[in-house]
Formats: sequence, C-alpha cells, structure tokens
Amino acid sequence: MSFPWANEYKPANPLTQWLDEKLPLPRFVYNAVGAGYPVPRNLNYMWNFGVLAGFCLMLQIVTGVILAMHYAANSGVAFDSVEHIMRDVNWGWMLRYAHANGASAFFVVVYIHIFRGFFYSSYKAPREMIWLLGVVIFLLMMATAFMGYVLPWGQMSFWGAKVITGLFSAIPLIGDPLQQWLLGGFAPDNAALNRFFSLHFLLPFVIAGVIILHIWALHIPGSSNPTGVEVKQESDTVPFHPYYTAKDGFGLGVFLILYCAVLFFAPNMLGHPDNYIAANPLSTPAHIVPEWYFWPFYAILRAFTADFFFIPAKLMGVLAMFAAILVWFFLPWLDTSPVRSGHYRPLFRKFFWILLVDVIVLGYCGGSPAETKYVLISQIAATYYFLHFLVILPLVSSIEKPEPLPFSITEAVLGKDEGAVLNANPAAA
Amino acid sequence: MVRLFGPLVGLFFAVALLWSFGVGAIQAIREPEPATAAHEFYKHPKEVEFSFSGPFGKFDRAQLQRGFQVYKEVCANCHSLKQVAFRNLTDLGYSEPEVKAIAKQWGTKAKTFDAKTGDAGERDNTPADHIPAVYYAGTGNPPDLSLITKARHEGPEYVYSLLTGYAEQPAELLKKFPDAKTPEGLHYNPYFANLNIAMPAPLTDGQVTYADGTKATVDQEAKDVAAFLTWTAEPKLEKRKQTGFAVLGFLLAATVLAYLSKKNVWASAH
Repeated sequence: MSFPWANEYKPANPLTQWLDEKLPLPRFVYNAVGAGYPVPRNLNYMWNFGVLAGFCLMLQIVTGVILAMHYAANSGVAFDSVEHIMRDVNWGWMLRYAHANGASAFFVVVYIHIFRGFFYSSYKAPREMIWLLGVVIFLLMMATAFMGYVLPWGQMSFWGAKVITGLFSAIPLIGDPLQQWLLGGFAPDNAALNRFFSLHFLLPFVIAGVIILHIWALHIPGSSNPTGVEVKQESDTVPFHPYYTAKDGFGLGVFLILYCAVLFFAPNMLGHPDNYIAANPLSTPAHIVPEWYFWPFYAILRAFTADFFFIPAKLMGVLAMFAAILVWFFLPWLDTSPVRSGHYRPLFRKFFWILLVDVIVLGYCGGSPAETKYVLISQIAATYYFLHFLVILPLVSSIEKPEPLPFSITEAVLGKDEGAVLNANPAAA
Repeated sequence: MVRLFGPLVGLFFAVALLWSFGVGAIQAIREPEPATAAHEFYKHPKEVEFSFSGPFGKFDRAQLQRGFQVYKEVCANCHSLKQVAFRNLTDLGYSEPEVKAIAKQWGTKAKTFDAKTGDAGERDNTPADHIPAVYYAGTGNPPDLSLITKARHEGPEYVYSLLTGYAEQPAELLKKFPDAKTPEGLHYNPYFANLNIAMPAPLTDGQVTYADGTKATVDQEAKDVAAFLTWTAEPKLEKRKQTGFAVLGFLLAATVLAYLSKKNVWASAH
C-alpha cells in the first residue's frame, strides 16, 4: 500500500519497459526506497538509524564471509588462525578489526534505533508488527554476536560460552542435559565451536530475511514521524528519493567517520584484553564480562543474589534477563496513550529519560566486577527497569494529560496548513 | 490481559530484586567485604611516552632491534614468541641475509620428524619458520609473549612497569595484612595483579650490550622490550594508522559533499 499521491514508476526506455513486464524489480525498488515511496517531510536525524542498521548488517556479512575463508573453526587452531588473519592475510587485520568493531557499531546503531522507538512510541498501532519483528531481529543479533565472540577462541570466548550456556542449566530438571546438548559436551570444546561457527554464518541471513519482513510491514502504514500525527495529505510528505536518500547519504558519511576513527585508531578499545590469551579451560579469568552491548542484561542476570521463596536466585536471574527483552514484545499494549510522540507527553518524557539513564547505569554495573556496591546499584536499577515497562508506562498512559498536537505534519513544519484552514471553514470551500 | 498481567509480572520481579537488595545490603553492613592486600597495594601501570603512542606514532626501528636483542638474550630463556616468524624480522630493519643468519644461529633448533623412519631430529631454523616454542619446567607458567601487550590493559606500559617494578614488600603491607607475606619462590611486584609473581626480576643494568652504544640500564631495557613486544602484538600498527588517515580524509571530503547535496535537495522543502 502507499499513499494515493505516490509517484508512479514509468519505465523510460524499451529495456526497462521490457523488464517491467517480465520482472518488475526496478518498480519494486522505486516503490520501496525510490521516488515512489512518500515519507513524512519532518523526519529528524533519529530516523537515519534504520538505514544505518541495514548498512551495518551488509558490512558484517561482507567482512564476515571473507574472514570465514581464512578462519579455521577447530579448537586446536582457531586462535592461531585468527592471528594468521591478523598477520599473514592481505588486509586481514583490517577485515577483522572492521568485523569486530562492526558488531559494536551495529549495536550502537540498533540501540539508538530502539530508543528512538521508545521516545516516539513507534510501536503503537498501526505499527505493532514492525516493532515485533524488530524485537525478533534484536534477539537474533544477540545470538549471532554471542556466537561470533566465541570464534576467536580466546579466554573470554571460552568462559563467555561457558557462562551463557550455563544459563540453560538453571532450568529445573532438564537444565543440565540441555546445556550438554547445546554444547555437545560437558564444557565448550570443538563440538561447540563448530556449531557456533555454523550458526554464526547462518543467522545473519535469517536476520536479513526478518529485515525484509520488517520493511515490508513498514511500507503498509508508512514511516512514523516526530509529531506522531499520521500523514493526512500530499503536503505532509516528500518522496523518499531524492529527499531521504540525500539525508541518509550524509548520515552514512558521519557514521563512517566515527566508525573508521575507532577501527583505525583504537581498534581494541571495545574488546577485552583477555581475548588475546588463547582459551584455557584450566585458568578462569578474574572477571568474566561479556561484550559491552550485553552489559545491561548481564547486570540484570547478576542482580538476583538471593533465592526468592522456592525459586533459586540463578533461575530468577535467567528469567529476568530474558524477560527484560521479552517485555518489549508487549509494549504496544502496555502503553495505551493515544498520543505517540514524547514531544507531546510531558510525564512520559520524564520517565523516558530516567529509563535511558537507568539502562546506562545497568550497563556500567554489568561491565564492572561483581563487587557488592555494583550488585546493589544494579538491583535498584533493574527494579526500575521492570517497573518502568510493566507498571509506570500503563499508569502514565492513563493519568497523563498530553499537550495539544499540531493538526498535521505540514502545520508542524510550516507553522500553518492551508488545507487545514480550508477544512475548518466549509463555507470557504 | 496484558494490562492485568503486565503489572503483576513487573511487581514480581521488582519484589524479588528488592528482596535480593535487602539481603545483600544487610550482609554488606554486618560483614563488609574484607580489604585485601592486592586491592590496596596494586599499582596501575606507569605513564610512559612511547614513539608509537598517539595517532601519528611510529615504531622506532633502532629501539625495536634493541628490544629484540633483550628478548633473544633474556626473555627467550623462558618465554615463547610463537606468532612471530623469523621472516617478520625484516620489519625491524634487518636485511634478508641478516634474518637468515639470525634464524640459523637461533639457540633452540626446529624440530623435525622423519615420517619414514619415525626418527625425531633437529635442524637449523630458516626465515620461514616461526620462532620455536620454549618449554619451561620450573615454577610458574611463563606466557607466550607474542600478544602480551594486547592481552593486558595498557599493555606496553604494563610490560615496562612490571619489569621495572620489583621491590621489597612494603612494611606497611605486612603490618596491615600479616598473612599476605610473599610466599617462598615468588617475588613482590605491585604491578602484577595479585602482587606476587613467579618470575624473578629478569633485567639488571648492563645485562645486554647494545650494538648501537645505548646505555643498557634496566629502564632502557624494559622500555625497549616493551616496544618490541608492541610490534610483535600489532605488527601492522603503522600500516593501520597510515590507512586510517587516507580513509578518514576521503570520508571527510565525501561527507562534506553529501551534506551540500542534502542541503541542496532540501532547499525547496522547508
């Protein structure tokens, strides 16, 4: 579906006319990311991050496929094969640093994309399906990133794999056999490394598939926008091309500058030094920490230190960690305010900023050693996290008095909307 | 349904967390985590200015050669360097015949195995060989040093500080933590995570004689070997920075053009 005023694809020469009859691929592209897709004219730079996330996935697939040509997924040689890439493969060091930092960049972009969704309530009707698919993509990304981090077979790879698969052992009755089945053994070893490599290669293509669904679902209601007021008329929109292709091009440039600055001048800043030590099952690192993008969830996992009635602390931690993401699936039905944008929701807006700070605090605690002070702070922060989504949001939606919305996107941009004036006065029409 | 069960689930997790918090807080007040000697007497690496620091930093070839000499004459008695091949040493400014000679004269010979007779033997190293592994039977497990400067926080500074950081155990430490006396066979070093390291102080003044006439103080030797081990961990450091400037230069120009084009396209839409 599109708006009735969307430009129509008109093939200009015999070749594109012929192609349009046999396989209308150019028409498809034209309608998806070309001049045939009308987009609200008031999108701010927060709306650049979807395209950037897609770019990051492509970057990861391209660098990853080439790295896989030189990597050996065998626990005896995996660590050395990564060093072989760093030393002997032409430009191998650049590919590996691009891939490792590309994962971080992907998560930075996706976290901004998700928090954009939180602030502007992008999850609300009629865009629930886009949001649900987005959460699925995020879960797949986490699985892919986790398995990718195991592949260099360093100390953090090994012990991270042990801790994360150990989560499944918290499940009553079937936990231990389940963990052994997942690992193909009693501890991470060659069997685990091989299957992680296989799945790490597979999952990005699954992500690409879900992204297609995500964008398909997006094109049915069209993009949301900073006012949260739906598109009403042609003057509310501009064609995606050239307006947003130009804007995304500039955004991509800024993103690449920041990404390349890290890649070429501080490539190990976001990694853990212990992963430059080959995996050693007999030597446990002093502090086992996952990559930075898992820290908030890791803090929630570790926050449960006391058994809760008959539920063991470990099981509570695992349940809470998964619940912390699964709760996003229910957001469209927890936040019932009819107003979308945080700009017009004074109370909601305050809690949004508290949530952002809360997640950063959780991240800080998750990356710190498991000392008492950090555990205590993360317990308070995790409490707020759950209350925010499950108690505060429904409550705020029902008691808040939103500020007045503009009549249309055109009015929000230009200060007045001729169409609105005409509509308000039928005698003048 | 969601609005009924949502808050209940939220309260469930909140109460469980506050329960954990309460139990933890009471315990923290009743019996605070005991202070440890490692926590109070550990020192962060010293600040050192290396030639390769910063975005414009480059290796000092003469320093790398001196550091290699320290590795060869001192460290190599216990520590392997298995990621480095002799052929890589041309990066340090050695000519190919020099590298050939270094490989041939290397103390530990390359191991051979005759698949036909089943005999194990030895031969001289060639530039194509990696530096042979060192097997160490004494106390402690000397780590392979190829990646040591990337395997520690602030690696080059850490190596330098550790090598120059050996000291008598402070009387203050023993007074406060009488149980924390450095065990027999270990050595006190505040730059090592648990303060007691198996490696005895490896460097002394004049331990090596530098061919370029540099005075071989412990400080100089430590700095040189730290620089050398930075090269072994990141041999492409210079290429990386050089490429980075070219890439950033291009991106900056492209982004300016992209900005101007965006401005141009949007000029009529505001």
